[in-house]
Amino acid sequence: MAKKLHRPTTRRLIQLYSALLYNAHLKGFAEGQIYTGPLKSVCVPGLNCYSCPGAVAACPLGSLQNAVAASADRPAFYVVGILLLFGLLLGRVICGFLCPFGLIQELLHKIPTRKIPKSPLTRKLSRVKYGVLLVFAIGIPAWFALRRLPLPGFCKFICPAGTLEGALLLMLHPANEALRAMTGGLFWWKFSLLLLILTGCVFVFRAFCRFLCPLGALYGLMAKLALLGVKVDKSRCTDCGACVRACPMDIRAVGDSECVHCGKCIDVCAFRAISFRAGKLVLRGPELPGKGVRP
Amino acid sequence: MTRKTALWAALFVLGLALVILGVLNGGARDVLAKAVRICSECIGLG
Repeated sequence: MAKKLHRPTTRRLIQLYSALLYNAHLKGFAEGQIYTGPLKSVCVPGLNCYSCPGAVAACPLGSLQNAVAASADRPAFYVVGILLLFGLLLGRVICGFLCPFGLIQELLHKIPTRKIPKSPLTRKLSRVKYGVLLVFAIGIPAWFALRRLPLPGFCKFICPAGTLEGALLLMLHPANEALRAMTGGLFWWKFSLLLLILTGCVFVFRAFCRFLCPLGALYGLMAKLALLGVKVDKSRCTDCGACVRACPMDIRAVGDSECVHCGKCIDVCAFRAISFRAGKLVLRGPELPGKGVRP
Repeated sequence: MTRKTALWAALFVLGLALVILGVLNGGARDVLAKAVRICSECIGLG
């Protein structure tokens, strides 16, 4: 019997293409060096370390921390403005479609093992990322800014994207012997944390994204205002809760601060109340004549 | 125009204004300066 061919979803393809686009400096992988062109003054929307050899633009979270760290000299207008625009236009659609680290987490979760489903505990843990945002991404850089010491707390102590995309991809290159020689306790702490997070993602859907990512927390704060995303038609919704039960994230309602707008809920809604919209324009959903477009 | 739309539009204009102000006050240059160097904190070296 012929094996059924696996066809990637539109969302998966967008995730893949955006990861490739963020890291289009392929020469960097071959040479073990990072891109140093003018595009790096622009931030990409998703979490992607600017020390990745392929990165062609800046990490929004790293840029935010450094802008806060430099705020004693210069207000952080530029990065705050960029994050505000990303949040208003795309919101957490960025997490679901445009984050390379989100893609890595989802692919790891495909490894066939027993999975840990969402629960009241994971729902509580999903609040931790707001603390991480407040303490590591804003508090520590701001505190040390008063002492004129730049300290991006999240990048330095936690960021698994920096360890995976920056540290490992740079250090594994034969030309970077000097970097390998400099590794110490901090590197091994971050490397252990990376292993823990990646292992966690095999068992828990998007574990880092749900519990620790300060960028997702930041975009989540603008969830209600974001132009793009899944929206519920209140006139059709019966509050049956099928959408919330089917969602792998810790949402309380479709489109809330935990929702990454993957669109899984569109397919499970028997009342055709959910659609993926850009403002009033329906991009995918029951109203679209070509229903059957894959999420 | 609903209150939500008005708030969205106001924040959007604010976002654009912040980006323009940020470019003028050297914020974009700071981002570039940081992003074109290997970030020792990101890779766990410092």
